[in-house]
Amino acid sequence: MSKLYTFHGGIELPENKQQSTGRPIGTPPLPARLCLPLSQNLGNPAKPCVAVGDRVLKGQRIAEADGTVSAALHAPTSGTVVEIAPRAFAHPSGLAETAIVIEADGRDEWQPRQGFPLWQSAEPAEVRRFLRDMGVVGLGGSMFPTSLKLASETLDTLVINGAECEPYISCDDLLMRERAADIVAGIAIVTRLMQPKQVLIGIEDNKSEAIAAMRAACMNTPYRVVAVPTKYPSGSAKQLIRVLTGIEIPHGMRYTDMGVQCFNVGTVYSVCRAVEHGEPVISRIVTLSGAVARPQNVEALLGTPVTELMAWAGLSPRNDGVILGGPMTGFRLSDLSVGITKSSNCLLGSSPKLFPPRPPAMPCIRCGECADACPAKLQPMDLFWFAKTKDFGKAQERNLFDCIECGACSYVCPSQLPLVDYYRFAKSEIWAAERDKKASDRARSRHEFRLFRIEREKIEKAQRLAERSTAAKAAPQTATTAGTNSHLTPSAEDKSAAIKAAMERAAALKATGKESPVMQSEEAKQAAIQAAMERAAARKAAREAAGETPLQPPSASDEAKKAAIQAAMERAAAQRAAQAAASVGLPETPAAPIVPNNVLDDAKKAAIQAAMARAAAKKAEREAAEVNQRSGAAPATNALDDAKKAAIKAAMERAAAKKAALDTADAAPPATDTSPAAPAAQPAAMDDAKRAAIKAAMERAAARKAARDAEQGRDTEQDKDS
Amino acid sequence: MIGLLIALAIMAVLALLLGAMLGFASVKLKVKADPLVDKIDALLPQTQCGQCSYPGCRPYATAIAVGEADINRCPPGGEDGIRKLAELLGVDYKPFDEGTAAQKPKSVALISEELCIGCTLCVQACPVDAILGAAKQMHTIIASECTGCELCIAPCPVDCISMVPVGTTLKNWKWDYPVIPIKPAPTKAA
Repeated sequence: MSKLYTFHGGIELPENKQQSTGRPIGTPPLPARLCLPLSQNLGNPAKPCVAVGDRVLKGQRIAEADGTVSAALHAPTSGTVVEIAPRAFAHPSGLAETAIVIEADGRDEWQPRQGFPLWQSAEPAEVRRFLRDMGVVGLGGSMFPTSLKLASETLDTLVINGAECEPYISCDDLLMRERAADIVAGIAIVTRLMQPKQVLIGIEDNKSEAIAAMRAACMNTPYRVVAVPTKYPSGSAKQLIRVLTGIEIPHGMRYTDMGVQCFNVGTVYSVCRAVEHGEPVISRIVTLSGAVARPQNVEALLGTPVTELMAWAGLSPRNDGVILGGPMTGFRLSDLSVGITKSSNCLLGSSPKLFPPRPPAMPCIRCGECADACPAKLQPMDLFWFAKTKDFGKAQERNLFDCIECGACSYVCPSQLPLVDYYRFAKSEIWAAERDKKASDRARSRHEFRLFRIEREKIEKAQRLAERSTAAKAAPQTATTAGTNSHLTPSAEDKSAAIKAAMERAAALKATGKESPVMQSEEAKQAAIQAAMERAAARKAAREAAGETPLQPPSASDEAKKAAIQAAMERAAAQRAAQAAASVGLPETPAAPIVPNNVLDDAKKAAIQAAMARAAAKKAEREAAEVNQRSGAAPATNALDDAKKAAIKAAMERAAAKKAALDTADAAPPATDTSPAAPAAQPAAMDDAKRAAIKAAMERAAARKAARDAEQGRDTEQDKDS
Repeated sequence: MIGLLIALAIMAVLALLLGAMLGFASVKLKVKADPLVDKIDALLPQTQCGQCSYPGCRPYATAIAVGEADINRCPPGGEDGIRKLAELLGVDYKPFDEGTAAQKPKSVALISEELCIGCTLCVQACPVDAILGAAKQMHTIIASECTGCELCIAPCPVDCISMVPVGTTLKNWKWDYPVIPIKPAPTKAA
């Protein structure tokens, strides 16, 4: 018998375990529906690999791990996937989380089970991958992927946690009593993977039957079953390691750094089931206790709704809710339809008699009871003060993050302060601040890079320009050589051919647009797209003509100009078509005349206008369709009551407003078109682009206002309708 | 007399030596940037939204450091931000001016993809390069990088950008501040 150590603090609690240990592990009836949330731990939610309507077999993988700290999910029974949607989730926040809902078909049909019989000789990495695919996670509560925990290289001590210190919970106790052989087989697999020097199985001395069963199962193995004194929270990994090995984990270190690894008995059991029997984690032992008629442990399929389990255990009618987890660390469920997850170890029926509400909190009297009880050797009263005054920096300095939230301090507090609630609040605030900090740091670096990029582009452009100007100076001397000319002419021909083709296409489109008014909107859109494409081509051509062919500047710019004019014409046509489509009841407004003074500016302006017109057309079309619907529906019903009349009137008013908006939009362009002349008169004044931008903004504002008015009109009309 | 000269010479040599040391130190151990600007910049939310009338967070930080700007001009930072700045600079807390835009819940921009015409105006406006798109191609916002500065909304010619508040998810959910319910004490029957 080796020496046992003790940890600081800790409390003795009424155990209340005997209620649920009297019966063997039961099997509740197969639930009709299982709800499996995809989010399981701190990592990413799992990625579904089935679709709604798929039939799944028991043990089939339904979601894959997405990222390192994520775990796979498997179908707990055979059936059909009926939904992949946000569902209530077992979490203190009560937020919904995407879940896979399976409707059981009652056959409970397994898929072919494939274990990993060669684990003795296989590479550890292969076994780890296998366990990852089987969805094996820490069943003690963290749901951290076991495959990651198995990866540490040097190991002195492997601790198997069977302490289970929290009151009422007895699922590990029953598991050890009934399935000790499988647990030991699981330990063998883990030992093979990690090669520890010693294996210690820690069980609290109030579970004599479990200790006996485990000792019997470990008879011919080097694993040592150690009975540890019953003291809350000896089931916490750090505290159990302290008790068994005397190692205290310093602040900022993990126990793996100290050569110790710790697994829950349930986890090693599921390792054995996966490797030896090919069964993924699809069920777990859950303690049903508290205010229930038949407290006991059950092997529940994952996703079983809490309501069904509590109904099976006979939840007392005088209950005031259900607590998930133990009375110390658990939380009250806000929605009882949630499915149980891999970490749901206990469901407690709560009643005012069993769990009376906490008496009102009194001021802290600095008695120090909490510091005596704290198993992490913290000063809970200091942390409380700092959390209360939101002085999170100081709280962090006092090692707030070493708090394991065991609740011992809250339990002993004579002033009944909800201390752990304060620590949780402070922790989540600190995490949020860290997230914000990270986000703002990223934003800063992205912004700085953007500034750098803009600067770089400017320099590059200046360099290019300089090169080009020197090339242009050099060009007249070399211009006479025939080689460059013959090299350039074909591309110019290509371009003009392309422009011609585009013109023809546009003409054809225009014709069809006028002939078939039914397809107007579609064609208007197409024409607009076409026009945009052609415009781009023309612009490109212009740019190329300007930049790359300094040999024939006059003809090139002529061509560009021609192309621009053509494009403008097409644009106008497109706009007209769009407006025609838009105005089911509106008169056709003439498109803005465009003076191709400043080609690029014009093109830009026109693009914006076209875009606006298109947007307006779309809106108007939608509304027109609405009007049509209404006016079509009205005679059919033969009940042209007042409300409907009013609706039509409103629609008409809306149409008028729209028309006004279009008119303003169209009235503006001529004004815009005068702007290119302005810089000539005022060379020092604002440049074209700025002016155009301001104009465009004004027009946009006007259009927006009109749209808003129209929308308001629609809203009021809807009100009337309803 | 000689004693006096010796004393003067010693003092002069000392002064020269110490001066040289100081000069060397000031050159060699020079702090490159103004650390105050960095410190202020670290407190600003980095939305780069320009609501402070400076073209970004760093220019605003510089303006605060030289005493040009007040500390109460950053709506995204909120009152918390003003408090932190006041603490750093050792000045009094100063509330927002009247008419300053209120702090909005964190939201990210969303491009309505069927309306986008691919004009790239928003791409050019985005201070953190969080908009992906090319000319004549539909654009989209990288939501994880969007700071919610709203600078892309104004340039959009078709008004297809809207701000969508970031809801609470499991990843950003926070525990509430513990509220202790106050109940009337049960009166004992005499």
